[in-house]
Amino acid sequence: MSASVGTRVLICMGTSGLAAGADRVLETFIRELARRNDEKTVQKKIIFKSVGDRGIFRDTLVDVLETGRERIRYDRITPGKVSRIVEEHLLGGIPVADYLAGDIYEKFFRGQSRRVLANCGEIDPESLDEYIENGGYEGLNRILNELCPDEVTEIIKESGIRGRGGAGFPTGLKWAFAAKKDSPEKYIICNADEGDPGAFMDRSVLEGDPFAVLEGMSIAGYATGASQGYVYVRAEYPLAIQRLKKAIETAYDRKYLGPDIMERGFSFDISIREGAGAFVCGEETSLIRSIEGERGMPRPRPPYPANKGLFGKPTVINNVETLANIPIIIRHGSDYFQTVGKERSTGTKVFALAGKVKNTGLVEVPMGTTIREVIFGPGGGMLSPRSGFKAVQMGGPSGGCLPMDCLDTSIDYESITETGAIMGSGGMIVMDESTCMVDIARYFIGFTASESCGKCPPCREGLTKMLHILDSIVEGKGSRSDITELERLALLIKKTALCGLGNTAPNPVLTTLKYFPEEYNIHVTEKRCPAHVCPALIKYRIMKENCSKCGLCRKACPVNAIQWERGNYATIDLKKCIQCRSCIEVCDFSAIE
Amino acid sequence: MPETASHQLVNLSDMRVEIKKIIRGYQGEEGILIKIIQDIQSMFDHVPEKAVDILCNEMDLDPVRIYGILTFYGQFRLSPPGKHTMTVCQGTACHVMGSKKISEYVERKLSTSPGSTTSDGLFTLEKVACMGCCGIAPVVVVDHEIRGHQSIGEVDHLMKEIRERERD
Repeated sequence: MSASVGTRVLICMGTSGLAAGADRVLETFIRELARRNDEKTVQKKIIFKSVGDRGIFRDTLVDVLETGRERIRYDRITPGKVSRIVEEHLLGGIPVADYLAGDIYEKFFRGQSRRVLANCGEIDPESLDEYIENGGYEGLNRILNELCPDEVTEIIKESGIRGRGGAGFPTGLKWAFAAKKDSPEKYIICNADEGDPGAFMDRSVLEGDPFAVLEGMSIAGYATGASQGYVYVRAEYPLAIQRLKKAIETAYDRKYLGPDIMERGFSFDISIREGAGAFVCGEETSLIRSIEGERGMPRPRPPYPANKGLFGKPTVINNVETLANIPIIIRHGSDYFQTVGKERSTGTKVFALAGKVKNTGLVEVPMGTTIREVIFGPGGGMLSPRSGFKAVQMGGPSGGCLPMDCLDTSIDYESITETGAIMGSGGMIVMDESTCMVDIARYFIGFTASESCGKCPPCREGLTKMLHILDSIVEGKGSRSDITELERLALLIKKTALCGLGNTAPNPVLTTLKYFPEEYNIHVTEKRCPAHVCPALIKYRIMKENCSKCGLCRKACPVNAIQWERGNYATIDLKKCIQCRSCIEVCDFSAIE
Repeated sequence: MPETASHQLVNLSDMRVEIKKIIRGYQGEEGILIKIIQDIQSMFDHVPEKAVDILCNEMDLDPVRIYGILTFYGQFRLSPPGKHTMTVCQGTACHVMGSKKISEYVERKLSTSPGSTTSDGLFTLEKVACMGCCGIAPVVVVDHEIRGHQSIGEVDHLMKEIRERERD
């Protein structure tokens, strides 16, 4: 490869990068260089590479790598800033100090332990050569040359890796069950149906390092005796699907997939199946039904998929992050994998950090790190200096909201479960004082109730009943007995629902009841929403004693319902007001009730 | 995938030919029904009733099997969408960052609800649980283009812009 000569410019172009306009930045670079098409420019041998998202959301990230010189990182690059970088840095040799990624960027990555994400934002995700240059396919090569399938499973068992999709079942054990079954047909399924709202780890890995997932699947296929793999990926991730398709095509062309891989007699095929917008399909038995071309409804387990899965054959279902860890374990050994983490939770975990936190993005940390270290380390702390930390939501609709007291909880399967939340797939949404916990509980139950497949009554009827109760509480019509009933239903559904969706759906309610009982109480007794979120409980009245006459609220109102003149109190015209809360959000003085 | 727009395929026999082509492309693959329906939807922008009839005929299936799938999965549309599709992401991060007021505003402004199309056929509001772009919440997707850090003002401006463009 010619990578070592000339100048390489990396531009992060995953979904998030593209949303920030990374494609326009790249176009501008190319246009600016073409415009200066002189000898000096040509000599520089500047190569542009589009790479996946690196994990931090600071609009477009641009890195410049030159042989023998320190790597220069820019963030928040817009097309307007490109011409200076071209002129002063790429051609002039002096980095543009004004645009350099500073402290925040550096802090975000400090304290992370990037293994699964190592390639994301660093290599061209569509280039097999770059994947190989960075150690890719060493693992598959090693097992095909040196190890028998049982030895591979043994390494995975020894590593202690547990499923990264939520439940935390030991991966090696799962493989061993499937390997033991005597069947001419077995399947490996990669669960990329990342349906948890608030999670985007899998999307970023698929967009940024798709070959790692393919290699992980191939290794799983070899270890268990499967020759067909499926990637079940959400249709909402078009870029991930596109990159995955390209990677699969390339892997076939170069004989890393198909018959007789690396001429070692092992054959493995992978096809993509696109999800069709059903959250329940993240549950493994539903996912299997969906690949079979049916309505994705779960069935009771056992039999577990490892015994009787896709088309009735032994099937291993692993999550994207789990599979992306596999090549690393095989390449470096199970001991290396355990160099970070805790005894029963080894390795790293990727979290999708979002919400009211300064730096949002993907954070990969050793298991055993505390929640606080993630939020106040890479996360940089709370977004607004005015509004302090209130809760962190972990594990999506199956997880829970944890208060300040739980911030020092170690991130490992057991400790997180003890709090009432779950590790889940890794969504971590930070909430500040402007978030209403009853509203959040209602939001999640609204989601799971509408995503319930309807097969079992506890989930179908129970969640709907819970939603009705929560609706009446946020509308100011709730009573104390509603809270008792809510808890009773939650515990009942947890115990009796058929699948993981229903079993875990009450968690957001149970955790908010456990950690924020007073907030429910205020809603039902005082008919007040302390966070000013629940529309029916806000009066949209200016409290003169707090109003500083600053006029910010008038500016924020999208429908001109607020009158204000310099030196006067603001007033809200309730006939015009659409109750959108824009004024409440901007008011620095809590002057609107 | 053939890139034929819906209006060019009004003819029933053309539709039959296209659907047969899709089915043939997957011959021998197991459990491929959802994929076939997805291809039909991307060809016609929705799954027309006639297409369901043809599919049943060609694959020897009961309509109930197809409608069972069509109504189970959120992705499928039984009627054609408007000229522009708009989605306010409903993900947790977006919710925490204030997406609800945006979606309520958009619904009020367009007098329609998620899953429906405006009476002038210009906008279809779609529902999505999460786009996985939580780092740039709240997110609005317009005609497949993802826009981060949105506000009522920005979305309003965008809708106006589209309306004006369409008027010209």
